[in-house]
This record gives sequence, structure tokens and C-alpha cells, in this order.
Amino acid sequence: MLAPPLLRPVAEHGLLVEFGALMTPEVHERVLQLDAALTRQPFPGFAEAVPGSATLLVRFDPLVADHHSVGAHVLALLGAPFTAPQPRLHEMPVCYDAELSPDLRDVAAATGLSPDEVIAQHLAASFEVSMYGFAPGYAYLTGVPQAIRVPRKPAAIRDVPRGSVLIAGQQCIVSTLTMPTGWSIIGRSPRRVLTGDADHPFLFEVGDRVRFTRITRAEFDWMEGA
Amino acid sequence: MTATILSIRAAGPLVTIQDGGRRGLMRFGVPHSGPMDRLAFAAANRALGNTPDAPVIEVSLAGLSLSCEEGEVGIAIAGGGFIVDHAGHKGGSWQVLTLRAGQVLRIRPGFRGSWCYLALAGALEAQEWLGSASTHTMSGLGGGALVPGQMLTVRDARRVAAQDLPCPLIARPRPVVHVTKGPQDRYFSAAAWQEFIQGDWRLTPSGDRMGVRLSGPLLVPQGPLDMPSEPVVRGSVQVAGDGVATVLLADHQTTGGYPRIATVLDCDLDGLAQLRPRDRLRFIPVTGPEAVAMARSRAGVIARFLEGIDRLASPD
Repeated sequence: MLAPPLLRPVAEHGLLVEFGALMTPEVHERVLQLDAALTRQPFPGFAEAVPGSATLLVRFDPLVADHHSVGAHVLALLGAPFTAPQPRLHEMPVCYDAELSPDLRDVAAATGLSPDEVIAQHLAASFEVSMYGFAPGYAYLTGVPQAIRVPRKPAAIRDVPRGSVLIAGQQCIVSTLTMPTGWSIIGRSPRRVLTGDADHPFLFEVGDRVRFTRITRAEFDWMEGA
Repeated sequence: MTATILSIRAAGPLVTIQDGGRRGLMRFGVPHSGPMDRLAFAAANRALGNTPDAPVIEVSLAGLSLSCEEGEVGIAIAGGGFIVDHAGHKGGSWQVLTLRAGQVLRIRPGFRGSWCYLALAGALEAQEWLGSASTHTMSGLGGGALVPGQMLTVRDARRVAAQDLPCPLIARPRPVVHVTKGPQDRYFSAAAWQEFIQGDWRLTPSGDRMGVRLSGPLLVPQGPLDMPSEPVVRGSVQVAGDGVATVLLADHQTTGGYPRIATVLDCDLDGLAQLRPRDRLRFIPVTGPEAVAMARSRAGVIARFLEGIDRLASPD
């Protein structure tokens, strides 16, 4: 029997459903299950749900609902049997060309591997879209293999191009904007997480799975130009 | 019924296009954005009979100067206590007037307020992103920040009769705001919480549409800062590892790894946003049920005020 989550009021419009204080795969799975259940069975006044590492923020219209009614709905959903939808699998093309992967050698040096071994580890891993954050379309992909985990750099690098494939700790991000970052840049993808398609503006749903597939520089340049 | 062309002569930082904002996308890392003061924004649009979420120009403390190059257009100005110079005639924010070809309009800070809204009687052409013209300042996506030399087109522009708009008490800057505790208050000692609610806070000049840093007691989190990244909202009072508190605002990041000692009620945030750097700020804790009751009561007051504005816009 799983312990019920803690329900914390957030101003007049939110309830933070906290499944644990730290992120574990089991805790995060419960976050995603409740998120999916709410999507299928929203309550009157439901505004949006925002998945975090160990919590789900449920936002509501305070003119229609309140913390108590939302909490009761959430607990009822958690008590009912529920099968989460099958996650989709995405293949993200990535080019590891030296010009597009300025930190690949440093990651190799820090982990005692060769650059090709770092690439092989990254390509072998299966990632889960844990959550979005930081900036629009910044999907946190959890699943960087232990062998190539590196901490953030002490200082951020400015003007890192969009599409950069970044790693820090167990997380990987394909950036969507030209921004500063303190994460290690190990490649670049020509595929946009902000798709530009009005009907389907974000490539991933939270809970989806992602694998990277290697492309050559010529393929990268062709896809970037297309 | 024709297109009116406006030319931006001067626009300081953070003068942007905003509409009602983009909702329901926080799960994809996209905050709502939209006006910093939603009440003044709504008043400006409704004073012209516009749709409530129509795009407007949000004017910051840096001010705005524009000229009408072609045609004419009614405008409504609401928010704060700014100084408006229309073709040499000085007035305040909270008025409706018609800007004609060859005339210059200047808006600059007056005795109070940080944000002022310029709504247009017609359809302001603005770039949309994810279904909204609101500028997301971190990315520049949406309608964008205005720059000198830029031309704005207003389609189906109408002229309007000049009149003053009422500025109600609820639209004033709000130096006392209500908060719910947490949701990450466990990172703070009981003494730190007392300092937070008894503290004499001030806004610092370090503020933008993402948030405003406060000066006041240092609220150093206790224990290791092992918090994973969790959702934040407009109004989150986030405390960095050095103990400095920041109130997150319209263009906030959607998740963060610093603990939130409290959350300002959304119904108090328009008034908080209108405070200026160095203004005082105090926090009063309320429970969840009290927060909901306050929001409902405030919504009633705002609805009555805006209905009064609607009657001004169409007197029959």
C-alpha cells in the first residue's frame, strides 16, 4: 500500500501533490500516473497540471473549485485502478561533429573514457521525458548512464545555439533557444522540440521515451537546411 | 475603417506587446506571461469596447514615445499614475483619447506605478506565438519588445470620444499582500518564517517581468539544499541558497530547485507588480480557505468595476 501524498495549498489557485521529498523512479511514476488520470478525468474548474520531479502541481479556478474539493478529487483518482497510456518513443538525430560538441573531450577526460565511448554510452541509453522547465520546450530527459555523468560546469557559457544536446548529472536536454548554459555540450540535433506546428507545438509529452541516433555532419547540415 | 500607422520614437527596456497570455502550457515550460497588471490591462481594453484579451502595449518605467504617421485611432491608457503627454496636452494614465496623424504621444512614469497599458481601438497587428501575442521576455517570442523606428499597424481603427477613466483603490500599488505558507517551508526554521512574516521588505531595482528580488532579512534555508526541480507559479517567493528572496512574476520559469517559503495570492499580484524599486512590502499569511474566499471577494469587486468601465465605453 502506497502512502497517500501530501497536499499543500499554493495560493488560491493551486494544490501541490507531493509524493516524496526526493525524486526516485517510483515517486516520479506516481506523478505521471496522476497527471495522466487528471487529463482523462478533470474536475470542474481544472486549469492545468504541471509535473515536477516528485510533485504534481494542480492548478484550478478558485471561483469554481477550492483546495479541499481538488484534494478530494485527486485522492479519489489515486484510489481508482488506472493504467497509464503507453508512452511514445522518439528517435532524436544527433550529430557529434567536433564543431558541434565542444565539451565532448572534457566529458571524456572527466569520465576516463574516449570521446567515442562517451558517444556510445549516450546512444545506448533510453531516456524518459521527466518534466519540462527552465525555458519553453526545455524537456528534462532522465537517463544519462552512470559512466558519463558529469556535474554542471562552474560557470555558464553564453549564446549556446538551439538544438544543442546538453548533459549534467542524470539529465539530458536538447535546447530550444540560444541561451547560456552550464551543462556540457556533447552534440547538436537538427530536430526541434518547439516544432513550430500550431496543432502539435511540442515534440514530447511528459512520460515519453527518447533515444538518440547518430547522424553525420552532412546529414545534419542537410536537415538544418531543409 | 482604415489602417492606422504608429511609429515608435522611443521605447525603453521592457516595453512590450502583451495580450491575455497563453494558458495551460506550463507543463511544457511556458509560463502564462501576459500583462503584469491584469486589472489595468482589462480596464484599458474594455474602455474601448475591445475583446478583453486584445493585444496592447505594456509600458514600463522606461517610458514610451510614439507618433501617429497615418490615420487616427482611439486609445485607452490605464495603470499606475503615469504622465501622458498627448500633442502637448499633459494628463495622467486612466484616460481615453484619439490620436491623429502628426500627433505625438509620450508616456513616462509619474508619482506611482510601474506598468501602464496602451490599448488601441482597432486590431493591433502583432506576431503570435502559441496562440498569443504576449511577449515572453526571456525568448523574445510573441509580439516582442518595441524598438525605436518600429512601425505598428492598427487595422479597423476607430476614433473615440475623449474621457477620463476611474482608477479604483483596487488598482493601486499594494504594499501589503497575502501569502499561503510554503509549499517548501520545511527548508526554513520557525524563526526564519517569523522573520519572513514580520520582516520589513523592500523591492530592489533587480526586477523584470520574470521576478523581483527583495531586500530584507536573510532567510537561509536549513539543511542541505537537496530539493529536486519542482513546479513554481507566478507569486512564488523563492529563496536562493544565499537566503535572498525573489517573488516570481508573469514570465517566471515554470520549475525550479530552490525552496519556496510562501506563495503570494494571485489576486494580490497585480498590485504587487505596480510597486516600484525601494517600495516597502509586507506579507500576511492566510490559509487555503481564506485565500479562496479573498479571491472570490476580489473577483466580485473587479467585475463590478469593469462593468462600470463597459458602461463608459457604450453609454447607451
